[in-house]
Amino acid sequence: MADTHAHSVRFVRESMLPEQEPPAAERGVVKWMRLNLFANVQNSILTLIALYCIYWLVTSVFPWFANGIWDAPSIRACREILEGQVGGCFAVLSERWNQLLFGFQYPSELYWRPALAFVLLFVAVAPVLFRKVFPAQMLIFSALYPFIAYYLIWGGSILVPILALLGFVAGYIVYARLVTQSFAMGFFGGIVAAFVVWWLTGFVGESSFLALEPVASRNMGGFMLNLMLGTVCVSLSIPFGIALALGRQSSMPIIKWICVIFIEFVRGVPLITLLFVASVVLAYFLPPGANFDLFVRVVIMITMFASAYIAEVIRGALAALPKGQYEAADSLGLDYPQAMRLIILPQALKISIPGIVNVAVGLFKDTTLVSIISMFDLVGMIRGPILASTEWNGVYWELLGFAALLFFVVCFGISKYSQWLEKELATDHR
Amino acid sequence: MTTLSDPPQSAFKPSMLLNDTRYRGYTFQFIALVCVAALFAYLGSNLLQNLRDAGLVISFNFLGDAANYDINQTLIEYNNQMDHWRAALVGVLNTLLVSFLACITATIFGVFAGVARLSQNWLMRKLMSAYVEAFRNVPVLIWIIIIFTVMTAVMPAPRDFRGEDAAASMVLFDSVAFTNRGVYVPKPIFGPGGWAVVLVFIASLVGAVWYRRYATKLLYETGKLLPTGWPTLAIIFLPAILAYFVLGQPISLEYPELGGFNFTGGINILGSLIALWFALAIYTGAFIAENVRAGILSVSKGQTEAAASLGLRPRRIMNLVILPQALRVIIPPLISHYLNITKNSSLAIAVGYMDLTGTLGGITLNQTGRAIECILLLMAFYLTISLSISAIMNVYNNSVKLKER
Repeated sequence: MADTHAHSVRFVRESMLPEQEPPAAERGVVKWMRLNLFANVQNSILTLIALYCIYWLVTSVFPWFANGIWDAPSIRACREILEGQVGGCFAVLSERWNQLLFGFQYPSELYWRPALAFVLLFVAVAPVLFRKVFPAQMLIFSALYPFIAYYLIWGGSILVPILALLGFVAGYIVYARLVTQSFAMGFFGGIVAAFVVWWLTGFVGESSFLALEPVASRNMGGFMLNLMLGTVCVSLSIPFGIALALGRQSSMPIIKWICVIFIEFVRGVPLITLLFVASVVLAYFLPPGANFDLFVRVVIMITMFASAYIAEVIRGALAALPKGQYEAADSLGLDYPQAMRLIILPQALKISIPGIVNVAVGLFKDTTLVSIISMFDLVGMIRGPILASTEWNGVYWELLGFAALLFFVVCFGISKYSQWLEKELATDHR
Repeated sequence: MTTLSDPPQSAFKPSMLLNDTRYRGYTFQFIALVCVAALFAYLGSNLLQNLRDAGLVISFNFLGDAANYDINQTLIEYNNQMDHWRAALVGVLNTLLVSFLACITATIFGVFAGVARLSQNWLMRKLMSAYVEAFRNVPVLIWIIIIFTVMTAVMPAPRDFRGEDAAASMVLFDSVAFTNRGVYVPKPIFGPGGWAVVLVFIASLVGAVWYRRYATKLLYETGKLLPTGWPTLAIIFLPAILAYFVLGQPISLEYPELGGFNFTGGINILGSLIALWFALAIYTGAFIAENVRAGILSVSKGQTEAAASLGLRPRRIMNLVILPQALRVIIPPLISHYLNITKNSSLAIAVGYMDLTGTLGGITLNQTGRAIECILLLMAFYLTISLSISAIMNVYNNSVKLKER
């Protein structure tokens, strides 16, 4: 029948028509806008509202930013330069830059020390964060970094960090010797060895060997204080959090209940009350005459706070692991510490990365709360010495905006990193 | 003939305490118990020693003394001759008030932003993700201070409202005034029978809920669908409006008026309350938005398609298929965000809003110097709230969890 077709119709086209462009409404920008901005009436209204919001934001912020004064001695000078125009007085940032970063009591000729410590922080953290890019030998520097940073920021004799390091080294050696027999013996033996070394070196006494000019903790402030509290507390709270989570999962009732009560108590109260404890109550619980640094007290309380939250994150991850993983570890004949170290924890920590990062970001933001117990961190500096000064009384937006920007950059960076890390560690094939 | 294959019962040796799994658990627990007990004994003995040196004893008697300070916002009657206990109670109520307001507002913001992030509209999606990222990544304390600054330093002073060509004017038909001393809003005055109208309104709210439940039940049992939209509105508002006019308009509004140096009349909502309320609401709203988005995304697309293939309309798909499943994912984190709001409301002390942290943990503590007692009470209060909220959450979780049969 196929050949009859040609006879039944008069004309048959023998060549293809050239392709035509789609109609204007169905291609390029117009199509995209029709789909994404003006799909229907409600959608168009939403677009118009959003456009108006953006217009309002831009027109109110842009002239303020563009007319900004970056060089003036005081807010009155700024206003004179502006002559009634809208404009920000960013001069406060350029003039008080150092105070915002380092606080108002850190000796200005020593700013290079915390700055150097800050730069070295990236060197120390890089091999931990980007394992595959940097050589593993750099981890040695990461391990040494806390002592270097302490020496740079607080100053004093170099013997203090070296002796502290010595304790850790002794502890590690004992641990490595004993761990072949049993993990518990190695662990506790290591701790005992470290304390013995610290106790012995306590007799060395004051010395000025290679001493940098000492700076007391109460003289630290600004964004430096936020960064210090954030890094110290997060890194301390992860091991404590793991221990608490394991304790809460444990089959030993007494240990389990100690952990449960601790976690629930800390999670049930606001951080402010814990900071109050650090600033006014903790002194009552210390030996008479002992004078604990406020910085150390705050670090203790914030670490307690963070480790309870991290413990909950890790507990979730432990519970999410398939039961077969535990059983597999048992069937291999591994004992509890081996099973945890080699099989359970690596997987659990991988699952809990997003949660841990959430806690870390939250904790870093919460370090601003120390301004309430009159420590001069970034927010404390802005609210206290800078806004109270006669020169800058009234420069709210520039200062608070700057603080918000600093925190935004750091926190956003951390969360982007964690998303990258999650992808990097995804070993399951989907 | 049988032989006993069990290993011979060996005598107990001390080394088994560490090496034998039967006893090791007891050893560790014993060590832990001793350590904790020693820690507490050490801290306790230090405490006793320090208290003895300072000549103090732990006692809550100071709560009965006159407080001698004023509180700028009180929900219950209070004056500075009342005792510290009363002041703390005022603080508790203020905490609950600001938490309640912030929870409701944060839910509204969060649900709106979360749904808008999934909207077809590209611009709205981008705008909402900017909102979420900006607010999640900046400390709430900074937001509180920013809004407080707006409320106290940027708003016009009451005297700016004076004169023919005033620099500022009241909004909403001259009923609301935004000043640097807070926002003045009209205050309802209840005449005789006024409370009856309120009671009728509450009763009709209950009635509306009951009606909607009845409609759902009828739908599930018989398949008959009653209208729910306009009857709900009618049940809520008609009886109250009727009662209002029948009883002769017993509720009137007292408008704020400029008199002397300040506004008089109306209700003065303090700038610190507004700062705390809105900062907590937009900050937590950003977190809630992410939960709402995750909850809606967690319902698989096949559910939507299945519902659509049954011929349901989009609105009904949302109400009958997506939301019931999404809520199961959304509600638990939502409740823990409510808990966070309550705990974060303790930041009130940064802007001088007199919540419990401001009264008991602030002025009372400073005046009496009773640090340990005040902070114990403070922690006990927040713990009670947290534990009751998580108890409620458990009850809810059990009621909505997947019924697997």
